[in-house]
Amino acid sequence: MKVTEKDVVYVADLANLELTEQERQRMVKDLDSILTYIARLNELDTSNVPPMTQVFSDTSAAIKESAQDQDRSWREDELRPCLPHDEALQNAPVSDKEFFKVPKVIER
Amino acid sequence: MDLSALTVVSTRTAIAEKQFTATRLVEDFYHKIKGEDGDVHAYLTLAEDRAFAQAKRIDAAVAKGDPLPPLAGVPVAIKDVMVTRGVRSTAGSKVLENFVSPYDCTAVTRLEAAGAIVLGKTNCDEFAMGSSNENSAYGPVHNPRDKTRVPGGSSGGSAAAVAAGTAVASLGSDTGGSIRQPASFCGVVGLMPTYGRVSRYGLIAFASSLDHIGPFTKTVKDAAVLLRVIAGRDPMDSTSADVPVPDYELEICKPVRGLKLGVPAEYFGEGLDAEVRIVVEAAIQRLQDAGAELLPISLPHTAYAIPTYYVIATAEASANLARYDGVRYGYRSAKARTLSDMYRKTRDEGFGAEVKRRIMLGTYALSSGYYDAYYLKAQKVRTLIARDFQSAFRKVDAILTPTAPTPAFKLGEKSDDPLAMYLADIYTVTADLAGIPGISVPCGETKSGLPIGLQILGRHFDEGKILRVAHVVEHELATR
Repeated sequence: MKVTEKDVVYVADLANLELTEQERQRMVKDLDSILTYIARLNELDTSNVPPMTQVFSDTSAAIKESAQDQDRSWREDELRPCLPHDEALQNAPVSDKEFFKVPKVIER
Repeated sequence: MDLSALTVVSTRTAIAEKQFTATRLVEDFYHKIKGEDGDVHAYLTLAEDRAFAQAKRIDAAVAKGDPLPPLAGVPVAIKDVMVTRGVRSTAGSKVLENFVSPYDCTAVTRLEAAGAIVLGKTNCDEFAMGSSNENSAYGPVHNPRDKTRVPGGSSGGSAAAVAAGTAVASLGSDTGGSIRQPASFCGVVGLMPTYGRVSRYGLIAFASSLDHIGPFTKTVKDAAVLLRVIAGRDPMDSTSADVPVPDYELEICKPVRGLKLGVPAEYFGEGLDAEVRIVVEAAIQRLQDAGAELLPISLPHTAYAIPTYYVIATAEASANLARYDGVRYGYRSAKARTLSDMYRKTRDEGFGAEVKRRIMLGTYALSSGYYDAYYLKAQKVRTLIARDFQSAFRKVDAILTPTAPTPAFKLGEKSDDPLAMYLADIYTVTADLAGIPGISVPCGETKSGLPIGLQILGRHFDEGKILRVAHVVEHELATR
């Protein structure tokens, strides 16, 4: 399935990238060549294979052994010290010391 | 004092024995970096205030006769994808050119708590995307072993600093081979621990199910020492494993006699450079001479690893890089009139070509209509690849392969062909997909003197065994 310029424009939109004309042309070629290569995954029959959604879902005995009866993924829902307000703003391109400032959100 | 000859072990001994002060050591390293790093470009930022402050603390402890922590006085460099409070972190991108993190990466915190001295931040491919360090927005790194060649990537700077002797050890990150491949190209040891062995808190994310932090060192023992310091459960990273950290220094001293080592046919086929094959096979033979048993094995889905990786990694990257929108930190386009404009222009102006290519690929693979055909399919093939290793490890204790199909290539040689560059990762991506640990140890050179690495892969959380095999290779060959 060949990648078209229309595809590239659509995907760039989803990715919030404003590509230049030159970038668009290059991207059509690059994506097409890479996706053509990737299509070889279809040579494999994966009808009864579960997707690997977590790295250790079915392959690690070490994790299962150690986990034992303690599930330490959870903690109490208690407030803990967090990033101070001024530090959180220190890298802001534009701020009024209270909020991050951005260009207008609502366009007419 | 020959800075290039220092190891983690010899440095901490020298500091403890008062052969030199940490402050003097740091001064000498900065002198060396300023004099020699211009040709290599391993460093992006020097952390002089922080380094001297830490050196002062170490010197005070030595003077008082206090017990010293395990890395006291050891100068290290940190890949610029790991954030350091108060010292800028660029991730090799213009997007974060002036970004100064308000917090430290856990691995860095642990190194410093153990007494290590962070000299500075090293150059890397932008957002860790690349296999040659030619995608850095700040210029490439030159391989110290041959400055017309790449150091490998994406942790090119960290590998080069250790190879050039401008750091005793360094940290890098590995998502598709970015620790092991540069280690092979630069002639140093590079260890990628099991996924979850080392916390990713503070690692600027590329692909969250594939990213790993690990050390570059001159010796296998140094890697064992560093791993013990940085490994272990971290409440700030819910994917960090709650598995006890063994004493790796003890582990590596065990012999390889009786170990079963697998040699997978798929890693010795077409595409492997002839000189690399000869050198790697010779190293494997030495392991047999040392008493290990070699078994031929098959990892049948190896040929599908690169396409699987480039779907999953790019899909995860497209999500992880969505945060670079000009709002809270980093570059913001000056040309934007509306919010939407700001997002789109900021990202197009800030990101380099390879990053944009991968974001596009990943977004495409996740988009409606393509999700099942690409992303879901790749995740299923990932399971098949992981199962290949699971089966193999029922028969063998570790797996031996070349780290890379070629030695370091010339700067510019592959930079016009993204797919050719991706294929350089062919022997390393499988471990990232399966979550297993891997180490690259120098095992010889080409006739023209370019380093070649042997890769050793192991079971989950079995870093002790791969370090042990690597240690024997190092001793048998004594290439240094």
